[in-house]
Amino acid sequence: MARRTSTTRTLVTTLAAWLVGFVIFFPILWMILASFKTELEAFSTPPSFLFFHWTLENYATVQERSDYLHHAMNSLLIAGGSTLIALLIAVPAAWSMAFAPTRRTKDLLLWMLSTKMLPPVGVLVPIYLIFRDFGLLDSRFGLIAVLCLGNLPIVVWMLFTYFKEIPKDILEAARMDGATIGKELIHVLTPMAVPGIASTLLLNFILAWNEAFWTLNLSTSEAAPLTVFIASYSSPEGLFWAKLSAASTLAIAPILILGWFSQRQLVRGLTFGAVK
Amino acid sequence: MGRITLEGVKKSFGAHDIIKGADLEIADGSFVVFVGPSGCGKTTLLRLIAGLEDVTGGRILIDGADVTAVPPAKRGLSMVFQSYALYPHMSVRGNIAFGLKMAGRPREEIARKVEGAAAILNLTPYLDRKPRELSGGQRQRVAIGRAIVREPKAFLFDEPLSNLDAALRVQMRLEVTRLQRQLDTTAIYVTHDQVEAMTMADRIVVLNAGRIEQYGTPLELYEHPANLFVAGFIGSPKMNFVGGRTAAALDATTIGVRPEHVAVNPGGADGATGLDWVGTVSVAEHLGSDTFLYVEVPEIGTITARGAGELGIKAGDSVRLRPDAARIHRFDANGNTISA
Ligand SMILES: Nc1ncnc2c1ncn2[C@@H]1O[C@H](COP(=O)(O)OP(=O)(O)OP(=O)(O)O)[C@@H](O)[C@H]1O
Ligand SMILES: [Mg+2]
Repeated sequence: MARRTSTTRTLVTTLAAWLVGFVIFFPILWMILASFKTELEAFSTPPSFLFFHWTLENYATVQERSDYLHHAMNSLLIAGGSTLIALLIAVPAAWSMAFAPTRRTKDLLLWMLSTKMLPPVGVLVPIYLIFRDFGLLDSRFGLIAVLCLGNLPIVVWMLFTYFKEIPKDILEAARMDGATIGKELIHVLTPMAVPGIASTLLLNFILAWNEAFWTLNLSTSEAAPLTVFIASYSSPEGLFWAKLSAASTLAIAPILILGWFSQRQLVRGLTFGAVK
Repeated sequence: MGRITLEGVKKSFGAHDIIKGADLEIADGSFVVFVGPSGCGKTTLLRLIAGLEDVTGGRILIDGADVTAVPPAKRGLSMVFQSYALYPHMSVRGNIAFGLKMAGRPREEIARKVEGAAAILNLTPYLDRKPRELSGGQRQRVAIGRAIVREPKAFLFDEPLSNLDAALRVQMRLEVTRLQRQLDTTAIYVTHDQVEAMTMADRIVVLNAGRIEQYGTPLELYEHPANLFVAGFIGSPKMNFVGGRTAAALDATTIGVRPEHVAVNPGGADGATGLDWVGTVSVAEHLGSDTFLYVEVPEIGTITARGAGELGIKAGDSVRLRPDAARIHRFDANGNTISA
C-alpha cells in the first residue's frame, strides 16, 4: 500500500459517511415507521420515534380499499414494457450514432436530450387530447408508449456512451468475417456491451416505475400503476398519513429490493460510462 | 482465386483527397506489400479494397467482377488488424470459428477446420482461453487463424506485427510468409518497415501522399527506382543525393548513389568518373558485420558510406570515397529517373 491512513481518520470519515447516509435515508425511514402507527400517532407532536403502538392495521385497510397486486402488476407491465421497447429502438439508434456518425449526429444527440429539458406539463394538454381522441386514456399501452418515448433520449445517450468505448476494429472484424449488420449487433456488439445495457435497463426501469406525472394524469384505475395507488390516499376528504405511508412503503418495496441487489450495476449506470 | 484490380480508385474525406487515383493489378497468389511514409494512405487503400470505406471514384474488381458496391461481408476477403481486434467475449475457438459460423457451415466442418488452423499456428493448447489470457504473439496468431480458416480469396494485413517485440517480429514475419506460400492465397500487407517489405514481398507498392510512386519487385525498386522518392525511400541507410556541378557533369539535376556502392579508400588512381570525394568522418557506426561512415565532404555535404566488416576507421579520420560508376542513379529536374 502506497499510503496509510490513520485509524482515527478512517473512523471520522466512516462516521461522517454514515451520518450523511442516515440524513438522506431519514424521510424514507420516517415513512416506513409512520406506516406502522395509528393515524393519530402519525401526526402527533412531539412525534414518537420508536416507542409507539406498532400496528399492521394500515396495511390491512390499504389492501381492503384497493387492490395492491393489480396496481403492482400495472407498474411492472408499464415500467418493463416501456423499458424493453425503448431498448429495442435505442440499440440500433445508438449503434449508428456511435459507429456510423454523420455531420449532424452530435446535433441530433443534443436535440434529443433537449427534449428532456422541457417540463412535461408543457405538453400535457396536446398529449391529453391525443390520448382522448385515440381512446388511449387509462390504457397500459398508452402509458407504455408515453414513458418509452419520454425515456428514449436517456436510453440512447447511455447506450451511445457505452458503445463509444467499444473499439470500432472489432465490429469491422466481424464484418470482414461475413457478419451482416444484424448479426454484428447480436453476436458482437450486444455481448460486449452487456454491462452497459444492463445498467441502462435498470436505471430506465426505476425511472419508469417512479414516474408520476404522466401516470397520474393519464390513468385512473384500469391501467393505474402504484403511483396512482399512493396518490389516492391524499384525497380532498382529508389526509391519511399512516395509510399513505403504508401505500408508499408497499409501492417502493419492489424497487428498493431490486436496487439493493443491483447496486453495482446501478452505480455504473449513473456514472454514464465515465468510469471504466 | 484472388486477382485484385484497382482502376482509378480515388478516396476523399470531405475536402481532403487522400487517394488520388490508384491503378493496380495484383496477380492471384502473389504477396504484395504497401509501403510509404506515415499518413500516405496505405491503411485507407487497404480499407477500400476490404470494403470498409466507400470509394469516391474508380472501380475495384476481384477476379474480374466489379465489387465496388459490394459490402465487406460479401467480398470474400479476410483482414488482420494492427490491434488484432479479437472478440473479447469469445474463446480462441469461438474467435476462429466465427467466420465459418456466419457462413453457416456445418458444425463438424467448423470443428475440423478450427482444429486444423490451431494446429498450424500452435494454438491447440489455448483453444478454450479468452483473448485477454493470451500474450501479444498468441493474440496475433489467433487473428491470423481467424483469417485463414475461411479460405478467403485474399488476406489483408494492416501492420500486423508492429505491436510485437523485435525478436517476435522476425519469427512471425517468417511464419506469415511460409503460411502464405503454403496456402497460395493472395496477400496484401501494409507496413512501413522496409525490411518486412523487402523480405516478404513478391511485389512492392510504394505510396506517397496518396499516389502510387512505383510498383515492382523488391530488386526492381532497389536497382531501378522510378524517381527520387522511391530511391530515397527504399534502402537503408538512405541513398546519397548530390546536386549542383557534380550532377550537371553527368547531365542530371541530381545524382544518387547508395551507401553500399561507395568504396572507402579505394586503391589506384581516380576512377573513370573522376568522382573521388575526400572528406572527414563525422560519425562512424561499427555494427561488426558492417561499418557505416558519415563523411563530411566539402562542397558536397554529408555522404554515407557502408563497408562490409570492420574497417578500422574512426571519427576525425580523413577518407577518400569513390562511388561505383555503374551504380549511379540520375534524376531530372522533376525528380524522375533518367534512363541510361
Ligand atoms: N476517417 C477519416 N477521416 C478523415 N481523414 C482520414 C480518415 N482516415 C484517414 N484519414 C487521413 O487520411 C490520410 C491517410 O491515412 P492512412 O491511415 O491511410 O495513413 P497510413 O499510410 O496508413 O499511415 P500510418 O503509416 O501512419 O498508418 C491521413 O492524412 C489521415 O489523416
Ligand atoms: Mg496505417
